[in-house]
Amino acid sequence: MSGNMNLSLKVWRQKNAEQKGELVTYPVSDISPDMSFLEMFDVLNEKLITEGQEPVAFDHDCREGICGACSMHINGRAHGPNNGVTTCQLHMRSFKDGDTIVVEPWRAAAFPVVKDLVVDRSAFDRIISKGGYISVNTGNAQDANNLPVPKVDADKAFEAAACIGCGACVATCKNGSAMLFVSAKVSQLSLLPQGKAEAKERVISMVNQMDEEGFGSCTNTGACEIECPKGISLENIARLNREFAVATAASEK
Amino acid sequence: MSKLDSKIPEGPLDKKWEKYKSTIPLVNPANKRSLEIVVVGSGLAGAAAAASLAEMGYKVKVFCFQDSPRRAHSIAAQGGINAAKNYQNDGDSVYRLFYDTIKGGDYRAREANVHRLAEVSGSIIDQCVAQGVPLAREYGGMLSNRSFGGTQVQRTFYAAGQTGQQLLLGAYSALQRQVGLGNVELFARHEMLEVVTIDGKARGIIARNLINGELERHFGHAVLLCTGGYGNVFYLSTNAMGSNVTAAWKAHKKGAFFGNPCYTQIHPTCIPVSGDHQSKLTLMSESLRNDGRIWVPKKKEDCIAIREGKKKAIDIAEDDRDYYLERRYPAFGNLVPRDVASRAAKERCDAGFGINKTGEAVYLDFASNMKYKYGKQEALVKGIQNPTEEQLHALGKEVVKEKYGNLFDMYKQITGEDPYEMPMMIYPAVHYTMGGIWVDYNLMTTVPGLYALGEANFSDHGANRLGASALMQGLADGYFVIPYTIGAYLSNEIRTKAIPTSHEAFETAENDVKERINKFFSIKGTKSVDHFHKRLGKIMWDKCGMARNDAGLKQAIEDIRALQKDFWANVRVTGEANEFNPELEKAGRVADFLELGELMCIDALNRVESCGGHFREESAETEGEQEGEAKRNDKDFMYVSAWEYKSMNNFELHKEELKYEVIKISQRSYK
Repeated sequence: MSGNMNLSLKVWRQKNAEQKGELVTYPVSDISPDMSFLEMFDVLNEKLITEGQEPVAFDHDCREGICGACSMHINGRAHGPNNGVTTCQLHMRSFKDGDTIVVEPWRAAAFPVVKDLVVDRSAFDRIISKGGYISVNTGNAQDANNLPVPKVDADKAFEAAACIGCGACVATCKNGSAMLFVSAKVSQLSLLPQGKAEAKERVISMVNQMDEEGFGSCTNTGACEIECPKGISLENIARLNREFAVATAASEK
Repeated sequence: MSKLDSKIPEGPLDKKWEKYKSTIPLVNPANKRSLEIVVVGSGLAGAAAAASLAEMGYKVKVFCFQDSPRRAHSIAAQGGINAAKNYQNDGDSVYRLFYDTIKGGDYRAREANVHRLAEVSGSIIDQCVAQGVPLAREYGGMLSNRSFGGTQVQRTFYAAGQTGQQLLLGAYSALQRQVGLGNVELFARHEMLEVVTIDGKARGIIARNLINGELERHFGHAVLLCTGGYGNVFYLSTNAMGSNVTAAWKAHKKGAFFGNPCYTQIHPTCIPVSGDHQSKLTLMSESLRNDGRIWVPKKKEDCIAIREGKKKAIDIAEDDRDYYLERRYPAFGNLVPRDVASRAAKERCDAGFGINKTGEAVYLDFASNMKYKYGKQEALVKGIQNPTEEQLHALGKEVVKEKYGNLFDMYKQITGEDPYEMPMMIYPAVHYTMGGIWVDYNLMTTVPGLYALGEANFSDHGANRLGASALMQGLADGYFVIPYTIGAYLSNEIRTKAIPTSHEAFETAENDVKERINKFFSIKGTKSVDHFHKRLGKIMWDKCGMARNDAGLKQAIEDIRALQKDFWANVRVTGEANEFNPELEKAGRVADFLELGELMCIDALNRVESCGGHFREESAETEGEQEGEAKRNDKDFMYVSAWEYKSMNNFELHKEELKYEVIKISQRSYK
């Protein structure tokens, strides 16, 4: 059941990290409005393979908006024109027949291109390994209900923990800052009583790693919040800044 | 059975694990530092195992094909995780969780494994909460629970519709902590393509670096496969695009028996297929069945009118709706287990009562609870006297939004319809595979030193898994089982020095992988990898899906063998070996699915009984209250089918008899 939309795609092609890339134009036809944006790319790739060309490489996995793998910059916006959705949840009904669509990889100093639309986001993992956890070995835990957590705090922690690590915040920020990502994890853990013990070391260590990875600084433009597919709030950045100020003041004593 | 020793400890069922745990040989801390463990897969089982083993002092290497371990498909689990905490004071206990799981699995799981699972379930919740996993709470600060299918207590812990995400991020953070401490070496964007065995023992793997295509050799005193299920053999499933059987299949071909491959879970509540462009199916969590009622119209003319767009769900009068689960299963109603709910949906649609364009969909309707349960409650709380229907709807909508908001949003994104106003349309889809690598009580496969954890093994769910039990099993295996049971093997390995990867076994294994990759490129055919995957999926869904029969399965085996030949003659793999090449990755996975699909059909053909997710049309009740329900054959089939790979298209069946010492076997009735 194919559809009736015809589109012109301008897609970033880059063989690997070393070589230069460029935008290449591909027409695609018979696109159904019920297709997801990635399924439209499946159609393009199938066509390229049939023609003996190399398909476009792009990151994707769960295709239900939760794994955070998909990462296309579409017409100048991370995850495309709609708010609150990842590229895999963007459907072609959001476009019109005859549209030209420009698709690029995430652009950020800390996210080098691997190939075509695929970038390297391992910097995020390294930031988490510098404190994005609570130091509790398996078997250390007490009964879960021995530690009541006010629902308001638990809900806020959950909202921060909903981050999928896709990197849209970084790709959107004119400075390439990872503050929304880092602050979401810092907030989740500092809002919960379990996370308080290490709160100071955590925020300092994670921020240091963030700087080391080459992410830019935050100048409070707020673009990240708008493009975040999971609605992670700027409040988290404010919370990180408070935590950081307190922690550094304390460590200077 | 000489080749299958399940190693179930002696003693009464409820004491087995406790007693065994305190008698398993230990490895002292100094020796742990020189023992290396390879963990393949970074989902709940893999991340939990890797973190726990590294905390204990072992040297661990973790491999995942995703760009980050946080993206393993456990992330997509929605509804919840079971644990026998009895926080709701509704009579739950370890025994009840054990009993529900065995019964839910249609008496095809091992008693001892399932009892252990129930025993450790509570500790999982404790561990996750300590890690900062923000599970849902009540106003008093205590953890909240909800109901899931196949049970009559509320034992499911959850974090909105993102429980898997939150639990995985908990395990991932524990894993990353160990990476930061230097106890775990992480290999993201690496795919395992071969198990290396030396003198019959697993001693490492060959992995392909997906960025530059290099083949790497990695030694391990033990290898843990935590690589998930194989639902993508059906092409369309709720699995992630990358989920695959390759690691498990390589292990199988190196001597690991494959257990119950035909046991597949078809989940009743997924968004229906909308067209042939479809690349995957999306689940709508089972937790929705707590508050949703499933129905189709009673009259065929209404169904036709809906399909033609002349009527909508809300135009159908209450008396003209057939709440078929409540009608057929009054005791469990909409909360019957998944296999039962799926078959009931198929039965209605096959009878011509389906309600979307394809005729393959039923309604999941929240209107009633939204208004009369939550709306009324909120009205009372807010002191609104005699609220109107609209007010009730608006008040209830807010509560539903808080409980399932992300699921409703996802539904709207995919279908373009607003489920707060219109009932959802749903249809069953492939979701989980109960079958997997055969393991003993220690989670070791038939290859010494090679283990399988989580969905990758066959062990705990019998022929049907209950909702919210996959997260429980993955974490149980990783956090609380393998850290103990691996000692039984590694305590005998303390004198084994790390084997250099220049060993000829590594050499041969790497050459085999290289040869296969070259073979893909040499075919230079005309059809894409996806083309073959879709054709395989169609064969599997039509003939080895929700209903199976002798003739269909025989035909399927023939069709798959023909498709294998076609694949190896006509597939086109673009690009090169030594670069980032997703087409090459897919080709390897589909080649393995083509072999697995055949084995699934062989297994389904062998099992001439209906049990759990495996429904043989020849084996159904023909009369009485249970007419049309699945009919087990305990006399002939109360065993685990463990298949040994002999050569291409040639598998030998081994049987592990199932003994029930505590549970009384009966027909599984939810009426």
